[in-house]
Amino acid sequence: MKLKTILLGSIAAAVFAAPAYAVDIKIGVMNDRSGIYADIAGEGSVVAARMAVEDFDAESKDINVEIVSADHQNKPDVGSTIARQWYDTENVDVIVDVPTSSVALAINDITRESDKVFLNSGAATSDLTGSACSPNTIHWTYDTWQLANGTGRAVVENGGDSWFFVTADYAFGHALERDTSAVVEGAGGTIVGTVRTPFPGTDFSSFLLQAQSSGAKVIGLANAGGDTINSIKQASEFGITQGGQSLAGLLVFINDIHALGLDVAQGLLLTSSFYWDLNDQTREWSARFEEETGKKPSMVQAGVYSSILHYLKAVEAVGDKTSQDVVAKMKELPTDDPLFGKGEIRADGRKIHDSYLFRVKTPEESKGPWDYYETVSTTPAAQAFRPLEDGGCSLVE
Amino acid sequence: MFELLGIPPQALFGQLLLGLINGSFYAMLSLGLAIIFGLLNIINFTHGAQYMLGAFVAWMLLNYLGIGYWWALLLVPIAVGATGIIIERLLISRLYHLDHLYGLLLTFGLALIMQGLLRNEYGISGLPYGIPAELAGGTNLGFMFLPNYRGWVVIASLIVCLGTWFVIEKTRLGAYLRAATENPTLVGAFGINVPLMITLTYGFGVALAGFAGVLAAPIYSVNPNMGADLIIVVFAVVVIGGMGSILGSVLTGFGLGLVEGLTRVFYPEGSAVVIFVIMAIVLMIKPAGLFGRTA
Repeated sequence: MKLKTILLGSIAAAVFAAPAYAVDIKIGVMNDRSGIYADIAGEGSVVAARMAVEDFDAESKDINVEIVSADHQNKPDVGSTIARQWYDTENVDVIVDVPTSSVALAINDITRESDKVFLNSGAATSDLTGSACSPNTIHWTYDTWQLANGTGRAVVENGGDSWFFVTADYAFGHALERDTSAVVEGAGGTIVGTVRTPFPGTDFSSFLLQAQSSGAKVIGLANAGGDTINSIKQASEFGITQGGQSLAGLLVFINDIHALGLDVAQGLLLTSSFYWDLNDQTREWSARFEEETGKKPSMVQAGVYSSILHYLKAVEAVGDKTSQDVVAKMKELPTDDPLFGKGEIRADGRKIHDSYLFRVKTPEESKGPWDYYETVSTTPAAQAFRPLEDGGCSLVE
Repeated sequence: MFELLGIPPQALFGQLLLGLINGSFYAMLSLGLAIIFGLLNIINFTHGAQYMLGAFVAWMLLNYLGIGYWWALLLVPIAVGATGIIIERLLISRLYHLDHLYGLLLTFGLALIMQGLLRNEYGISGLPYGIPAELAGGTNLGFMFLPNYRGWVVIASLIVCLGTWFVIEKTRLGAYLRAATENPTLVGAFGINVPLMITLTYGFGVALAGFAGVLAAPIYSVNPNMGADLIIVVFAVVVIGGMGSILGSVLTGFGLGLVEGLTRVFYPEGSAVVIFVIMAIVLMIKPAGLFGRTA
């Protein structure tokens, strides 16, 4: 009798000591943690993911969330290996972030094969919701079509009707160049030339000089991160803007402006889905983020937070983590969070929200570090992204 | 006016000049590597990190102490050279009797540590460092607009490279150095302090990297990876020129800068690999490098 009580007691203790949750979720944050995109994504995205889990208060909703992270070094083969390992042996349910379009396209395929979930915040290529769209992928923060139609269109409308592209020679650069060319030509402009630069690069002076001698009015920088920083820095050194040509940074992050300094970056037009100083909610969240990381969030990091929050809401609504069901639920539920406001996810996997055209402030206008942007215009969500029927996505009936 | 493969000669001159500027960095860095390899037999994989350190120390001097570019040009090589001397005394000197591989692993590890520490502290996007006021602006050369600062880089690099070559090839100190490379025991027997000479040589090689780092700070993004991106190319330059050959590394550095500059015009996609293609060809034809001596 006594023995039986002890046995029962210990079984009960074992059961209660390790609480069983209704759903166990494992999130893999994969991005560049050491290379040229490490500041716009990197550890900051992991912090953002953790904040999302805390704010969702997963534990009280009987959902157990574990976060793991890895460095894909901007190489598709490295990213693919990690993704397969995560999905096949480590029971990761969802991969988030993944900047660098070439890696993102690879993870997009693997996620579909493995029937898991891919919430992309970091990559730009609009193919993720176009020719490469997948029922397992949601493209959250921004894309090349949005950038082209934000910055590209604004520049053409201000008279910049002949373009020369300095393009990072991989999937992202090619997509951004393609989408921007379409905007420029659609508005009656011409493409004078293009140069494909090895990725990542350090010295862009040679390419900038080719752009200069092309006589184009606008030099479009279809690159990102360190490549953009070096291009803008060296364009200013070679007096390219003084010569009457203007620079269009097609993808510029706040971290790039921070690195360039306002002396060099002032006046630059850029398109973004997020800025920390938009409203009280973004300011409050960004202050929390800054406390942990020492810097303001990039739009990629904000997107990681927002996408995980919405994913967890869908898991709660479905009651389990079956990939297709959760993604379908994510598309069904309207999105609403402090950083991107209200929005929705379309059938092709594109998350839509307002898009902003910013101008970089002059050193006199800026009140201090990270006070960099003034809003030029806001494009409402419905117009900010490529129309559903134009993407060629097979999921769209 | 004639055209060369569709490029007007003016544009070509411009591109050649740009190639020369990049070549200046290759030359300065490969010179330091060649000196260190020649005397210490150490493949100094920390060299890129030390170049990066040079740029960072220049930034720190300006932002924490308010010391500008020209003083940095003098102080940074001393500071970075001093860290090199400490590393040599504490760590590298214990490896001279071992295989090359150990030195390579040690210095590679040190480079990763330096990059990691600075990345943790300052992030990867880079830090702004302005061009000194005296060298701001540029000169119109007719065929291109040359920023004054880039002109200065070529001149400074030529002076440093020629000066180093002169000291090593034409002075008594250089003669000791070269003799110690051949036979350290015998040179020691003549009463010359060979270990001290080795330490100072390493310090000098590292100081050259620091100096190149200061020169690079105003034109390239000052970030923890700036050296890692460059050093692989510089190693290819050293291999092509011939390991340990002083003049060879300088000439190859400038030469390959030119070749790379031309590739950027005619086939930009290939400009990141052209140096490695040349390296492969040179190794097949002349395994000791263009200026190297076969042992």
